[in-house]
Amino acid sequence: MALDEKTYGELREIAGRYPEARSGLLPMLHLVQSAEGRVTPEGIQACAEILEITPAEVSGVATFYTMYKRRPVGDYHVGVCTNTLCAVMGGDEIFSRLKEHLDVGNDETSEDGKITLEHIECNAACDYAPVVMVNWEFMDNQTPESAVALVDDLRAGKEVTSTRGPRLCTWREAERVLAGFPDGRVHEGPAAGAPSLVGLGIATERGWTAPEGSDAGRGTDLTGAPADVAAASDASQEAEAAAVEEEAPTATTAAEKKEAQ
Amino acid sequence: MVDTLTPVLTANWSAERSWTLESYEQHGGYRALKKALTMAPDDIITAVKDSGLRGRGGAGFPTGMKWSFIPQDNPKPKYLVVNADESEPGTCKDTPLMMASPHTLVEGVIISSFAIRANKAFIYVRGEILHVIRRVQNAVEEAYAAGHLGKDIHGSGFDLDIVVHAGAGAYICGEETALLEGLEGRRGQPRLRPPFPAVAGLYASPTVINNVESIASVPSIIDHGAEWFASMGTEKSKGYGIFSLSGHVTRPGQYEAPLGITLRQLLDLAGGMRQGPDGQPRQLKFWTPGGSSTPLLTAEHLDVPLDFESMGEVGTMLGTRALQLFDETTCVVRATLRWTEFYKHESCGKCTPCREGTWWLAQTLAALERGEGSESDLDLLLDQCDNILGRSFCALGDGATSPISSSIQFFRDEYLAHLTHGGCPFDPAASTAWAGKATAGARA
Repeated sequence: MALDEKTYGELREIAGRYPEARSGLLPMLHLVQSAEGRVTPEGIQACAEILEITPAEVSGVATFYTMYKRRPVGDYHVGVCTNTLCAVMGGDEIFSRLKEHLDVGNDETSEDGKITLEHIECNAACDYAPVVMVNWEFMDNQTPESAVALVDDLRAGKEVTSTRGPRLCTWREAERVLAGFPDGRVHEGPAAGAPSLVGLGIATERGWTAPEGSDAGRGTDLTGAPADVAAASDASQEAEAAAVEEEAPTATTAAEKKEAQ
Repeated sequence: MVDTLTPVLTANWSAERSWTLESYEQHGGYRALKKALTMAPDDIITAVKDSGLRGRGGAGFPTGMKWSFIPQDNPKPKYLVVNADESEPGTCKDTPLMMASPHTLVEGVIISSFAIRANKAFIYVRGEILHVIRRVQNAVEEAYAAGHLGKDIHGSGFDLDIVVHAGAGAYICGEETALLEGLEGRRGQPRLRPPFPAVAGLYASPTVINNVESIASVPSIIDHGAEWFASMGTEKSKGYGIFSLSGHVTRPGQYEAPLGITLRQLLDLAGGMRQGPDGQPRQLKFWTPGGSSTPLLTAEHLDVPLDFESMGEVGTMLGTRALQLFDETTCVVRATLRWTEFYKHESCGKCTPCREGTWWLAQTLAALERGEGSESDLDLLLDQCDNILGRSFCALGDGATSPISSSIQFFRDEYLAHLTHGGCPFDPAASTAWAGKATAGARA
């Protein structure tokens, strides 16, 4: 089935955001998934036409990135983090319980077409382990029981809210946001979960702050710093720069420095 | 004497609707931008150099120096690219930052672009954090509406556009040249250097690529001064940073502190290691200082300052300050195998040592974990690591060897126990978050 005119227009719009159109390919493929439910041959063709590259080049990109799916994805993509920390904290048990409960293997969709289950890599929420993602929204601090209840709710069509975000939309709707078309849910959910705020809470309680800056006398920077620090910093500046250069940790930086000379 | 914790980037995260422009400006947001626009761009670069800010994405390269590599006589457009592809296992600092205070990043992007004279900036956010992307998209939109972005920003004559770009699932795109490939609509495989991105980066034009936290630190440096920033931290690792504690700790989460704080201090604040079933705190067994690519440390390293130099001295790296803590219920072989499977999965396939080597590593380790193989396999593993480290095209291959060589160094006996035991001697249920507790469905 060919893509409709609206989708074509939006694909062109994405390409137009960049100085060079091909930069739009990643978000364009997200939009294809939103429109088609997966990366289809028609979607590949459309991207290739718009960007004036070959379908093979588009396929090469579509097969490189793990978020692009060549088989239909359910309404809800459920990703269970099984990278080391989440796995150890219980992600392995959650994943095996969900496989059993949904009667699917990794990267497979439940018979009713609702849930696609996949084990995923670290999703940058390790302080909320074990982590489950639904359509790339956070479901923090899961247990096997809570994860089973979660997928049951999703299959029953109940409204489910991210533990640290908005009401869940469908996978195809989520893909549209990734393509750069906001869905108006930005103001739902909190600013942060409790672990994100734990250090700030302790600092507030104990009256700990960053040093006084030039904050008070705005625009008169440098006056707030203790004199001795400023002096020491002046004196050691050059030596320090040299030391940093010498001790730069990676080959990259070493080479970058050569380039700079 | 600087306080133990120094919230700067995290200071406004508990504010009502902290992600909005209104809230951010109520907390002093965009004050630094107004000041920056009255400064000469070179003076901003100098201030960032003088502050001692070093890249917060792991490598620790001096940010101001990176900026000064941009050849200003090059007639091509200059670009700023923010690396928001936070994917290093254990790393979870940029994600809450962009969720709670995306304007800190946007303000940093504007000031940094002004400094390097870029009129177009890109924020490359990994695609798997949808709500974070919403918040960043919204912050950019709000910044346009407020005149902080667009043409002739606040009458300065400076124009800037920001594009928020969602990635599509590839750890390798955290490597800066692979990220550029992704941003150019290609497979994310690293580029040969030189030329370096500063000379020929995005679209073969001069490009600065910085981590989210690095760029987000810039407004505070401009607002309070380079000396203020440098008054925190150690002599060579200046300023504050977000330390992310996760795993078997009582209060996991984000702790913003001067560089050079120790894990003992952080662990104290975090309530220590979690309690065992006997009510006693469990023992710290091993930890990563900055993600899985930084060699493991043990309880004997609790007092080593978390700064670039001290971590280097004990054979590891500060990395992204992703402190993943594991207690004695955790099998280090299982942990290492899982990380190795990750690197194998994420290897981009461009270079042979990494593409082939990570598969060999995973295979050898998996056999050991099942209790198969022999003691000589440990030497085989170390030999394989030796053939990958320094021989792969980018740091992914190097990172893959870190957990293996360090775990063999500290826990050789545990590997051997798998052989004598005929498999893993640990009970995985004991290491879970709900071990020893009645498991109620805790979903909020």
